[in-house]
Amino acid sequence: MSDGENDTLTKIVVISSDSVLPVDAAMKIYQSNTDIIIKETCFGTMITGPRDAVNRVVKEVVDLDRNHIFVKERGFLPGDERRCRSSRGGGPRPGFHYLRHEVQMLPTIGKALDAYDRKVPLKEIKQKKKLDVDKLIELIGSEL
Amino acid sequence: MVKVIIYPTNSLILSDLVERFGHKPLAMMEKIKEKISTVGVDSPPLNITPEEPKMGLKYAAVEVPAGVRGRMAIIGPMIDEAQAGIIVNDSPMAFGCMGCARTNELTKYLIRQREIPVLEVDYPHGDNEEEAKEFVYKIAEFLKSLPKNEGEDEV
Repeated sequence: MSDGENDTLTKIVVISSDSVLPVDAAMKIYQSNTDIIIKETCFGTMITGPRDAVNRVVKEVVDLDRNHIFVKERGFLPGDERRCRSSRGGGPRPGFHYLRHEVQMLPTIGKALDAYDRKVPLKEIKQKKKLDVDKLIELIGSEL
Repeated sequence: MVKVIIYPTNSLILSDLVERFGHKPLAMMEKIKEKISTVGVDSPPLNITPEEPKMGLKYAAVEVPAGVRGRMAIIGPMIDEAQAGIIVNDSPMAFGCMGCARTNELTKYLIRQREIPVLEVDYPHGDNEEEAKEFVYKIAEFLKSLPKNEGEDEV
């Protein structure tokens, strides 16, 4: 495998924004005029290409709504036979369940990042505590 | 910039947050990419070769199942390379048809054994915004406390 291919990077861009739709991000990528391949998916897009080009395009997309667009690297290329559903007889691809689990959390994580940027102080969360032993003894001993 | 190992090792949220706050996430995806794009790997669908369980012997004993040792051949060098770590304890999705509970335990144990700064948090539950805030704030503060400069890396 050549060095050029070794430097190929794939990134998953997950969009969890109220103002940016996956199609907006895809259009932004199409407009970027760089030598990359993109695949639109239900949660966002996958971008493959030379490392510099991918990083530049991803930055442009993330800048659309910084706190509500999330990015991670992906090991396999889009459509790789070892992962792609088309060659595996359907069903979710390996790793999809975990991604979906995290995608469900992204709206609250995005809001938390907004709050962090605005320096909103953290409220003290009431943690559920176990019943104190002394309190339990007192309850047992108390007369009804 | 510090190399931060994340657990779960394939987490989108952790990988994004580490990169967002200016550090390098050590995540499974990058290692898998290296593995599958290197010449000599078995043809699809295998991406673990018989060599991996042997390499995993550095991290787990020979009686340990080959699956654990095979996974540790990838995760182990990441732990060795790490300069800081973030562990999310309450992550049941890391165990399933593609995950391994014993590997997860060993990974967390080895990260804690390294003398590096480690943050342990829980995933927020459901739509609880306060828990999400606490999760993000803790991670952000931890990442900001890590040295930005390569020269300061020895913490």
